[in-house]
Amino acid sequence: MDNLSPISVLVRNERGVLSRVSGLFARRGFNIYSLAVGETDDPKVSRISVVVAGDPPVIDQVVKQLRRLVSVIKVSDLTGRPRVERGLLMIKVNAPHDKRGELLQLVQIFRARVDHVDNQGLILEVTGNREKLEAFIDLLRPHGIQEMARTGQIAMARSQGPMADYWSESASGYDMEEEGTYNISRAAERLAQEIDKQD
Amino acid sequence: MSPFSHKSNTARDELGLMLSRQIRLTHSGGPNSGPRKDAMNTPAKPQDHKAAYTGADAVVACLKHQGVEVIFGMTGGSIMPVYDALFRDGSIQHMIVGHEQGAAHMAEGYARATGKVGVVMTTSGPGATNLVTGLADAFMDSTPMVAITGQVTSNLLGNDAFQEADMRGITMPITKHNYQISSVDELPGVFAEAFFVALSGRPGPVLIDLPKDVMTAPCDHLLAAPSAPTGYKPPYRGHPLQIERALKVLAQAKQPVILAGGGVIIAGAHEELRELARITGIPVSTSLMGLGAFPAGDELYLGMPGMHGTGYANLALHQADLILCVGNRLDDRVTGQLDTFAPNAQFIHIDVDASEIGKNLPCLVPIVGDAKPVLAAMVKGVAAWDEKPDYSLWRDQIETWKSCYPMTYADKSPAIAPQAVVELLGRTLPQEAIVVTGVGQHQMYTTQFYPFKEPRTLISSGGLGTMGFGLPAAVGAKVGAPDKEVVLIDGDGSFLMTIQELATAVRYKVGIVVLILNNNFLGMVRQWQEMFLDKRQAETDLQPPPYARVAQAFGGLGREVSTTEELVEAIAWARAEAAEKHLPVVLDVAVAREALVLPMVPPGGANADFIPCPGQKREE
Repeated sequence: MDNLSPISVLVRNERGVLSRVSGLFARRGFNIYSLAVGETDDPKVSRISVVVAGDPPVIDQVVKQLRRLVSVIKVSDLTGRPRVERGLLMIKVNAPHDKRGELLQLVQIFRARVDHVDNQGLILEVTGNREKLEAFIDLLRPHGIQEMARTGQIAMARSQGPMADYWSESASGYDMEEEGTYNISRAAERLAQEIDKQD
Repeated sequence: MSPFSHKSNTARDELGLMLSRQIRLTHSGGPNSGPRKDAMNTPAKPQDHKAAYTGADAVVACLKHQGVEVIFGMTGGSIMPVYDALFRDGSIQHMIVGHEQGAAHMAEGYARATGKVGVVMTTSGPGATNLVTGLADAFMDSTPMVAITGQVTSNLLGNDAFQEADMRGITMPITKHNYQISSVDELPGVFAEAFFVALSGRPGPVLIDLPKDVMTAPCDHLLAAPSAPTGYKPPYRGHPLQIERALKVLAQAKQPVILAGGGVIIAGAHEELRELARITGIPVSTSLMGLGAFPAGDELYLGMPGMHGTGYANLALHQADLILCVGNRLDDRVTGQLDTFAPNAQFIHIDVDASEIGKNLPCLVPIVGDAKPVLAAMVKGVAAWDEKPDYSLWRDQIETWKSCYPMTYADKSPAIAPQAVVELLGRTLPQEAIVVTGVGQHQMYTTQFYPFKEPRTLISSGGLGTMGFGLPAAVGAKVGAPDKEVVLIDGDGSFLMTIQELATAVRYKVGIVVLILNNNFLGMVRQWQEMFLDKRQAETDLQPPPYARVAQAFGGLGREVSTTEELVEAIAWARAEAAEKHLPVVLDVAVAREALVLPMVPPGGANADFIPCPGQKREE
């Protein structure tokens, strides 16, 4: 699954808005890898963080279709952007006496936490990006996973960093973040630069 | 007197005046202005409320504020308070329909003829679900519409109450946006936004679901718009750098074609389109929704492309090295098999809806913007070119195709060829007459053989292909454009689906001519059966009722026509009667039963491999 794109969607905090967004994905056959919703600092606005599987043209359509929704305030495609990405995983795993030490070592390495312990096993909690959570699950699997629950991945772009300028405003003058006005995709951006080179 | 002129009732006019003053005052006063005491003593206010108005009054005030002239609809349990308020106000014309689907198509016809928002109103449950086809149709064809549906009272919502249906959920995928109002305070803001959303950017249907308790709730101020945060900013101008790049690409093209769609008509950009074609000399093809944007008969005009398009339009697009696509969404009926469509062409795509660009085909120069300012900018850019490109070789090639594959049809007299009827109408009707169609063979004959020269003269169900669209849409079109002649060309299958609206046309004295190309078949399906299913005619042989007599029974006029000689006289009679008596006049024309719509691109085939008109051979 290396064609996953985290997309951040600011929406009006109103009834049915999640259904609008998820319905759009279902209807147009876009695949959701994970989804998380929560209020922002402005109670009138919520953020839907959705991770979508698809090649660039598909992601381009996802972003454009989301922008068509009147309830959607802003869509940011964070693919390839410097960002912080986190999800929360809770996992109940078998923990016989002779294995507990090993498990607690893993907890340390992954900066996880033990939320609960009893004779049936341990409930562990860990946060991190997708790769970290997947790695943690893989390591616990041989011990016997009894139950698992995880949240959708949430992400935020870093505003400082080597590429930050490029992403906030691109070389040829298109404001990539300015929704609703020109709405040019990255593929179109590259083509535009090629046309400009011709003479 | 026109049945749609406003009633003159001084007391009601006064209320309307007060309400509209209230609207302005509250607007300038901001969302927190209190009620206006001087507007409270009005003769028509309801007795059982302490507050000045009810939510239903606010609905009517909002509709008036939006300049709504006519509502198509049907009352019922959950919408009664609004109908009561409409009755007390008395300034908005309402038309009772036979079935709510008819109301939706009337609103579409009205909107397509006028460019204004069509308004429908129904009760909850079945009244509202009956709108679904019309909403989906309007959504596909980008028709501005506001649908107001009653809903059960808020405390019953979600309880499977009598006549409850989750209209917000049901219509989410087929509306541009929809609302369910939960408090009377939301009303003005939602209505203002709904009309703006419906009409702006790429237009579309918007539904407002209105629980009954909101309609009866006391309401002190009629207009206080708390602005919800929104990212809805429809683009308009188009990026100047992209337009520059488009011009650069255009200047290098050797075999360009302009492919225009319904967006050009919606944007009112037909003059700009014609000007661009004229000063560049680039040939123009228009999709079904774009018919009328470019005048038929012009030497640069290629007609419609696609499944039943002209051979020369399909060949020109196939050989083009550049396609300037404007307000057209490259629908599958236009492109045929996508990977074989215009294999040598690069695309400049102008559309107000960014999601249409690159959806079906990769695009070299996307321009997100309204067709009118973008085409105007391109005209300006081309006018500044030092030397005009010479497309004469390309146009010669197209002329050759035009002479190889002219639009012809089989004439097996004495049977009347359906295409001949359409051609005759085309010669007879004035150029500004509005032609409405249902869906099927008759629709394709109309698009192929009627010479549309002006925008908004064809009203047809393009994207959804809704049989039964024709009659109610024609009624709505005539209501919107009472000074224009409205002629419905329908099929015997299509017409039956919404035939109840003859009652509406008679009740409100809507004078339209209905011309049924009657072949006693569901003709388009029969054509596919003949061509692709070994002529097995599964459930396509219709025995329709005698439409002329049905029309008479409804209170309209009707006549059967079975020979070419009768036809000319019958059309003249029908037009005169419709104009004079303001009644629907039905001509039931028996046409050749097994006529075929040709040319045709077989489904799944490449456009260049079309089956040509009778007597022509496809070479290459």
